[in-house]
Amino acid sequence: MRREAPQKLGDYGPLFFPAMMLIVFFVVPFATMIAVSFFQRQQGGFYVPAFELANYQRFLSLFFANVLGFSLMLAVTVAICCVVLAVPFTYLLTRMARKVQIVWLVALLSVLSLSEVIIGFAWSTLFSRTAGITNLLVMAGIMSEAKALLPSFGAVLTGMVYQAFPYTVLVLYPALVRLDPTLTEAARTLGASPVKAFFTVVIPALRNTITATLIMVFIFALGSYLLPQLLGRPQHWTLSVLITDQAIYQSNMPFAAAMAVFLVLVTLGLVALTVLAGRKGDAA
Amino acid sequence: MTGALSKVYFFLIGLFLALPMIVVAGVSVNEKQTLAFPPKGFSLSWYGEIFLNPEWRNALFASLTLAILSAALAVAIALPLAWFLWRRIAPWANIFQLLGIAPFTLPPVITALGLLTFWATTGFYGQPWTAVVSHAIFFVTLPLVTLSLGFTAIDRSLVEAAATMGADDKTIFRTVVLPLILPYIVSGYAFAFVLSLNEYIVAYMTVGFTMETLPIKIFNALRYGYTPTMASVTILFVVTAAVIFSLVARFGDLPKLLGAMSSDDT
Repeated sequence: MRREAPQKLGDYGPLFFPAMMLIVFFVVPFATMIAVSFFQRQQGGFYVPAFELANYQRFLSLFFANVLGFSLMLAVTVAICCVVLAVPFTYLLTRMARKVQIVWLVALLSVLSLSEVIIGFAWSTLFSRTAGITNLLVMAGIMSEAKALLPSFGAVLTGMVYQAFPYTVLVLYPALVRLDPTLTEAARTLGASPVKAFFTVVIPALRNTITATLIMVFIFALGSYLLPQLLGRPQHWTLSVLITDQAIYQSNMPFAAAMAVFLVLVTLGLVALTVLAGRKGDAA
Repeated sequence: MTGALSKVYFFLIGLFLALPMIVVAGVSVNEKQTLAFPPKGFSLSWYGEIFLNPEWRNALFASLTLAILSAALAVAIALPLAWFLWRRIAPWANIFQLLGIAPFTLPPVITALGLLTFWATTGFYGQPWTAVVSHAIFFVTLPLVTLSLGFTAIDRSLVEAAATMGADDKTIFRTVVLPLILPYIVSGYAFAFVLSLNEYIVAYMTVGFTMETLPIKIFNALRYGYTPTMASVTILFVVTAAVIFSLVARFGDLPKLLGAMSSDDT
């Protein structure tokens, strides 16, 4: 059957339910959140309709600048770590037998589907004094006594890389699996070592994919709302943690909403900027 | 040489992915209520606790109900949308494709907060069914992506043959399209189901104060101290996810679902 434009009103029928659901339960809530960000907070956790910019003015503080700076820095670090680890991994994975690939993909999907609560709990156990990895090092005689490795920046970073790594591999997978194998074969025939072929042929061919992946992982990491709280100190809290904290524990919905709107704008702005930079890079 | 190097690399990545689960599995078989690794003694009683302790059992039941219903609703939203986009030329309708992908792409806190303000404003805040709708919207991306992929894989000449023989849209959908798309419906449902089972922030912001799903229960338990049941629940979750994704791989083409060509090509 050819694709054709809808002839009569009835042809739009199938669209009705999905469109209604997405508008009512995604577009309207999104608009509600934007509206609430201008509302005035009342004592006791309630808010009244108003139009004030007070919630946005709070951004102009040193504390907030620090949180924003740290959030961006952390997300960039996580994205770089993940891409550096995942590009060679995914490349090698796509060159393996399909059966082996499936086993790895199932494992990656299983880790990816874990909630942050569980990842946070697992790593806080692994980094704890009583049940942590240091106990194994003590048993092996490398360390003299077990100690806690958290809260620390290293713990936050490890937890977040753990969370984002499977995502990175799955974002890279389609592009790498379709990469023309003759590219590397040609390089090999001409005498390049596998490692050299990887760096001089595969990586340049994937430049755009890698940039896109960096952005995707960056946004993914920016969304991490629990790991900085569970594995780090208060100075390691990110914007996402702060939004959750304001909404749930401080019951300051207008301020939380304002920060969420800000987070959306920062995310979209950075994506646009990177896309623009990528275009310029291609043109040059 | 390079072969050995890549083996070492895969081993290290595998270790990194498995290590937290190994430690948690070890902790979950402790005999007493201690956080110790290597475990002291051996007991599976913490796995029994999930089903015997009424609090954990209720949380398990709540999580399962939520995941079963919200994944079904997500598929119910995604299927007609993906079908319409495949069947019709209506460029403006692509906006709904974008809207279906947005909730999952944006930082989850944003979707969660949007839904929280929405349910609070409409006065339904805290009702269990709001979590079902919220999860369905949050995870609609997954069936939408798998179904769009499934539709592009359908050979249009099959459908055309049915149409020439006089079948109408409904008959074609039931007899030709549905059987071909079924594996993609199942895998889309499976993805949404597993992620809903694990999801924390949207559930917490919508119904966190009135009911406990398993991730919420684990988080609340974490704040009050430690119990090995958290470890046994974690292992239960990992095993469930691994089993479901293995089934998807067994009955479907997992690499293809994730973007590779079909197995006939390689």
